[in-house]
Amino acid sequence: MDVNLLPLLPAIQVLLTALVVLLRDLFIDEHKTKGFLAFISFIGIGLAAAETVALWGAQESAFNDAVMLDNFALFFSLIFLIAAALTILSSIHYVRQAGIHEGEFYALILFATVGMMLMAAANDLLVFFLGLETMSIAVYVLTGMWRSNRRSSEAAMKYFLMGAFATGFLLYGIALIYGATGSTNLNVIADFLLEQPADWPLYLVGGAFLLLIGFAFKVGAVPFHFWIPDVYDGAPTPVSGFMSVAVKAAAFAAWARILMHQLSPLDADWVFPLWIIAIGTMTLGNLLAIGQISVKRMLAYSSIAHAGYLLIGVVVGEEWGGLPLLFYLLTYAFMTVGAFAVLSCLAEADDPREGYRDFAGLGFKRPFLGLAMAVFMLSLAGFPPLAGFAGKFYIFRGAVLSGQLNLAVIGVLNSLLSVIYYLRVIVAMYMEEGGAEGKSFRQAPYVYIAIAIALAGTIYLGILPATALDLSRTAFSSLE
Amino acid sequence: MFGFAIGDLTALLAIPVIGAGLLLLVPRHSSRALFSLALVAGAGNFLWSVKIFSAFDGSSGAMQFVERIPWMPSFGIEYIVGIDGISLFLVLLTTLLMPIAILASWSVKDKVKEYLIFMLLLETGMLGAFVALDLFLFYVFWEVMLVPMYFLIGVWGGTRRIYAALKFVIYTMAGSLLMLVGIIYLAARHAELEQVMTFDLLKLYGMHLTFDQQAWLFFVFALSFAIKVPLFPFHTWLPDAHVEAPTAGSVILAGVLLKLGTYGFLRFAMPLFPDAAAAAAPVIIALAVIGIIYGALVAMMQSDIKKLVAYSSVSHLGFVMLGLFAFNMQGVQGAIYQMINHGLSTGALFLLVGMIYDRRHTRLIDDFGGLWKQVQVFSAILLVVTLSSIGLPGLNGFIGEFLILLGAFNVTPIWTAAAASGVILGAIYMLWMYRRVIHGPLNNPANEKLQDLNAREIILLAPILFLIVLMGVYPQPFLQRMKPAVELTLKKITRVPAVPATNASAGSGESKPDGR
Repeated sequence: MDVNLLPLLPAIQVLLTALVVLLRDLFIDEHKTKGFLAFISFIGIGLAAAETVALWGAQESAFNDAVMLDNFALFFSLIFLIAAALTILSSIHYVRQAGIHEGEFYALILFATVGMMLMAAANDLLVFFLGLETMSIAVYVLTGMWRSNRRSSEAAMKYFLMGAFATGFLLYGIALIYGATGSTNLNVIADFLLEQPADWPLYLVGGAFLLLIGFAFKVGAVPFHFWIPDVYDGAPTPVSGFMSVAVKAAAFAAWARILMHQLSPLDADWVFPLWIIAIGTMTLGNLLAIGQISVKRMLAYSSIAHAGYLLIGVVVGEEWGGLPLLFYLLTYAFMTVGAFAVLSCLAEADDPREGYRDFAGLGFKRPFLGLAMAVFMLSLAGFPPLAGFAGKFYIFRGAVLSGQLNLAVIGVLNSLLSVIYYLRVIVAMYMEEGGAEGKSFRQAPYVYIAIAIALAGTIYLGILPATALDLSRTAFSSLE
Repeated sequence: MFGFAIGDLTALLAIPVIGAGLLLLVPRHSSRALFSLALVAGAGNFLWSVKIFSAFDGSSGAMQFVERIPWMPSFGIEYIVGIDGISLFLVLLTTLLMPIAILASWSVKDKVKEYLIFMLLLETGMLGAFVALDLFLFYVFWEVMLVPMYFLIGVWGGTRRIYAALKFVIYTMAGSLLMLVGIIYLAARHAELEQVMTFDLLKLYGMHLTFDQQAWLFFVFALSFAIKVPLFPFHTWLPDAHVEAPTAGSVILAGVLLKLGTYGFLRFAMPLFPDAAAAAAPVIIALAVIGIIYGALVAMMQSDIKKLVAYSSVSHLGFVMLGLFAFNMQGVQGAIYQMINHGLSTGALFLLVGMIYDRRHTRLIDDFGGLWKQVQVFSAILLVVTLSSIGLPGLNGFIGEFLILLGAFNVTPIWTAAAASGVILGAIYMLWMYRRVIHGPLNNPANEKLQDLNAREIILLAPILFLIVLMGVYPQPFLQRMKPAVELTLKKITRVPAVPATNASAGSGESKPDGR
């Protein structure tokens, strides 16, 4: 048994940072501002990102192949770190205003990130489960951290109950697979599936299906999406963005490694149900998003719809869907965190200001916020030359190349539906008058930095995606 | 003389963007500086396009000024731009109309900065779609164009602007998103057959596709373009968008944007899928002729001048479609000629309507009458433009309509005869409108203080009037430069190898749609 900590280096870095933040928090006077803690978190994330980049290209495993160090894990680590950094930047002002305990908040974001990194690197069902729980518990708490806000508490409770339920499915699935194959290590399971093709015990397939349900729940796929609108709506806005991007990316990372790659011999069994789930997720998410009057809820439903587009990548399989899936998650990270960051700029202690009405006239009152939000909306709707278009293009390309033309057609028609509600935000910002008064937009420089980074990423990935595409390709092909 | 001077077309696309970038730096209150800067960018781009025009080799039908830069090399996506005798004139039309539209926007007082930025970005989008030779790049420009137009209608438009703007975007996207799937499919087929993933239009031409594949690909491409044209019955977004758009928006919409639809047919849908295009020709010709007559009849019934002009576009674009689907030299040349004509005359009509609207804040025909006594210059210019629009010999409209009818008559005499009635109907509604607005007694006291056109307005109309006359009396230089490119395109469409010049292409066109 070798003890190789190298694969966990970035995760350990983030974990240590979280502990430092927690400890340092104890020695700061309760009434002082704690921006320093955000700074520490930021340094830790930066170091972890640097380590991730330095490790790029490595191919190692540790703990009896339970944890992998490959480009796939590193690629996802980068997405999580970007999302965490942008989330922290956009929370500094928000948490202070909402009266959320800063030290715990930043530490929990970091703990969640550790869990996610573990999920992306896990090559063992139990390690995956540990990562998932580390992430989930941190995020449950983050959701409910705005204690003076009843909706926040309700969201946390709901998320926790639903999450525990989904965890049950996952554990049952893991148990059944273990029972059938005698191992929780994915390499062993994959070998088992290859050695005895097509003659699997029913409970193995059943276990895989339970796993599938667990994943579907975590990414918010229809019909396991009910918790998403309420939880995203109730959670502090930066946390909603973090969940929408990082939690979803982590779930897809595990999904891609476990189901798409290691358990791919079972593809034939779940491709049809997944096909239906993908279409249902896109369509229902988009249809329900149209009717919302709160931008935050709209973004929640739209994140369901985007999970549907991502599922197209899963349905068409490793060969055509792998690269687009990774690339899409990267593009989605920038535009979605950006959109939630803009939303968090509008919030007041007594009034969340999340309706379309609150956006009225924003484009001319706060030109930068308006422009950024317009770009994020257009990108989410899939207008070229923005990141969202590039992401969708490769997803649909994968569908066409794999022969699933119908998925591509349904996908583009869904894009059309989404234009309706994304443009409504632009209508409010540029074509309507009134809305929030100018004075209510306080100075919050860090949020602006986060928005500017997200904006730059959204435009850059749209116009010059070649580098990111190559990274996605090498990342997915590094799966063994 | 072969202009491979690297960067000419890229510069053409970049100048408006640079102008828009500089506009960001100008303080928003100095609207005069903003207008001047935008005008300089627009006029500078026009001069640049004239430079390209003068370096253009009119005797060659091949793509010129081609630039090729790898963009996403592992996916076969490249930045390829080029220009031939077909796109050359549409590019010139765009760069000409843009400074005119900016000059005509003097009455915009609100949010001038954003307005001008969107105008310039729109120019880049349109020019990009005309010069793109990579299907992916074309699609990007095709969609990019929507956003500034959406803002122009939605922010600076009339009372129902938000509805009209959304309708415009949804209609256009409904077509174009399906086209995106078609584009991907086409590239995938090419990868399958040739083992090379590419979106290069020139490589995709002449690819072997079965008839069924062609049929559905043609359908999705044609749907996208037909909505843009707009071909009957996809025209319902047009009156709303036109009526609600600000004057300059209408000018650009009618003058250039609609041409992208017909250009798309000629450059993409027809030569890429020739067999399907030939099979669909009877249907499209029928729809075009229905559009000609329907547009004319509806235009006749309008009480709002702007709406009248909007519906007349449906009618005029029907002629263009008829010419294109004649599949012969006269028809296609006439169609291209008519695209430019329509851009000029309808652009001018919208400008004139806008000028009178700025003065009177009404566009209802009934509110006017007897303007001749009050505003002579306006009336005279409106007369010239009206006559150009109805195709009076000696003005540009005649040449285009004549060539189209000539080309189409060889192919489908009955539909052509029906289309010719559209010419008569066009004369009726335009002249009737002219009579009610300009002649008769000056009854409405509100019109008694009407100011005639000022120097700025005359200056911005002058180049259009000049071209209306020039293209009417001396079409040769225009037709000559189009001819080689049209020949080349027709060869792809009819796929008869080595067709010599006009006679044969007319002959082959004759046999196509009728021999179905």
